Amino acid sequence: MVAAPPAADSIFRRNLASFMGNRLALASAVVVLLFVLMAIFAPLIAPQDPYETDLFRRLQPPAWVEGGEWGYLLGCDALGRDIFSRIIYGARISIFVGLTVIVLATGIGIIAGLASGYLRGWVDIIISRIVDILLGFPYLIFAIGLMAMMGPGLGNIILALAYKEWVIPARVVRGETLAVRELEYVEAARALGASPRHIMLKEILPNILSPVVVVSTIRMANVIILEASLSFLGLGVQPPTASWGSMVSDGRAFILEAWWVSTFPGLAILLLVLAINVASQGLRDAFDPRFHE
Amino acid sequence: MSALLEVRGLRTVFHTRAGEVWAVDGVDVEVRRGECLGIVGESGSGKSVTFASVMGLVRSPGRVAEGQILFEGRDLRALSLREMRAVRGKEIAMTMQDALTALNPALTVGEQIREALEAHDETLPARGQPRRAAIRAKSVEMLGLVGIPSAESRLRQYPHEFSGGMRQRIMIAIALACRPKLLIADEPTTALDVTIQAQVLELITDIRARLGMSVVLITHDLGVVAEHCDRVMVMYAGQVVESGPTAEVIATPRHPYTRGLLASIPRPGLRGQPIRPIEGQVPDLIGMAPQCRFYSRCPVRREACLAPVAMRPAGAGRSARCVLLDEVPA
Repeated sequence: MVAAPPAADSIFRRNLASFMGNRLALASAVVVLLFVLMAIFAPLIAPQDPYETDLFRRLQPPAWVEGGEWGYLLGCDALGRDIFSRIIYGARISIFVGLTVIVLATGIGIIAGLASGYLRGWVDIIISRIVDILLGFPYLIFAIGLMAMMGPGLGNIILALAYKEWVIPARVVRGETLAVRELEYVEAARALGASPRHIMLKEILPNILSPVVVVSTIRMANVIILEASLSFLGLGVQPPTASWGSMVSDGRAFILEAWWVSTFPGLAILLLVLAINVASQGLRDAFDPRFHE
Repeated sequence: MSALLEVRGLRTVFHTRAGEVWAVDGVDVEVRRGECLGIVGESGSGKSVTFASVMGLVRSPGRVAEGQILFEGRDLRALSLREMRAVRGKEIAMTMQDALTALNPALTVGEQIREALEAHDETLPARGQPRRAAIRAKSVEMLGLVGIPSAESRLRQYPHEFSGGMRQRIMIAIALACRPKLLIADEPTTALDVTIQAQVLELITDIRARLGMSVVLITHDLGVVAEHCDRVMVMYAGQVVESGPTAEVIATPRHPYTRGLLASIPRPGLRGQPIRPIEGQVPDLIGMAPQCRFYSRCPVRREACLAPVAMRPAGAGRSARCVLLDEVPA
């Protein structure tokens, strides 16, 4: 047992303190934060214009390899564009898609989950069936199908992923709601004449938010991989916009003679997804009482 | 005194896999203005379900099947959901059995009192700073009323920062925030230790006198009833078996079950004698034969008990559900 928390301390703040004590998770959170800052301040950080082609620098190797140049740290792609700058700009796409999809999906999922878990009856039946059906589709194939119908583009990627992603928070919220709705304080709120809307949003939601936040962050890593996959398949953001997935795809043809073209954007995906995963594990440990010692 | 709440022939059924359970089977209740009515019975006797039915809080698989619930002459069963919500909390408030879990752990105490006020209190200013100030003043007043010191700062605290007794007081404060005419206190002292129990009950009695409201005290402790209630209703297996003024019922119980309950309470006068529990178990309510429900445990059962037994008058303002009353007139 740890020492009793100081007075005037909310559960959230206690959990946050516990998260801060987890060094690995904290370091990962810092990495994620760096990626986010990198995305926001891309024009200030990028050493080169990510769209400027220069055929003289075609497949120029990274700076530390013979033939490399320190101004083009990670080398250049087949059109002579600076890979480092493109990775910095590519972070914007990955993080923007990841965040937007998760925010959309979590919002929809919370509403759907609360409604089906608290109201039960036909609302629950309809929502749960839709969730079951969507869960039955392989994610990538579902997204590819939608992208094929809607056409490529940033907005369409977000829609295609959000259409399916919301079922995950919806299921979590529904399950938690089913448990919490039977608790005495929900009954007490009903006894005081609270409306269903009030009970769902004010009584239940604050108590189930922790697992939802944890699941959403874990899922964000997934969404980033899916965006990269769609872009890799050419269904995502259209050239010349830099996206990690399409950059990996661009280098596919030269993987033997110019390994850096695919490898560095691939490493960027790996690093960001790993950092998000470790950070969200830490969040789960901190916010889930079952992992408290 | 006229009746504030009048329940007639209430029947509440739960549809379970094993069959229908009539948790409340033909219960009549009358709560008069300003009085404290005690409801006594063991677990599963239907006391909580009776008042959950009154509040319209019985949920699937349960259902109020029959009966009239008149509150100030209005039939609560005929109200729409919206109208019923306006009654709950404002006209009739209920405190839950377990104070430790009946407060929302994620909200501060102040927020929870504010919610009750915002739901029902129409005397508050419409919006903005005056409204916030009024809510704050009322919240502080309510916490003061239930005896919580330095209310101003405690409003910002979460339920886990309060002791059990304090939480029970807060729950009462929330229930009373809108000045209901009737407070249903469902086992307000179960989770508390004895000294705190006494304080909470004193508090309820005191507030009842000050606000002039009626109280229904649901409990399984006859001692609590003896001290705080004007009248008492004893329930057994979903039915009322005896009711009347508290002092008289305790002095001369008319139903063998009431007698059994009283005999099983340890008392200083009975020092050295073994406590006499009531033999047997509460019968299974599924597929209950239409006989006296206490038959299987009754020490004075006879053949007449195998037919349905109705409530019989048993003296001034008293009644009991026992055929013996016919044999030995009260």
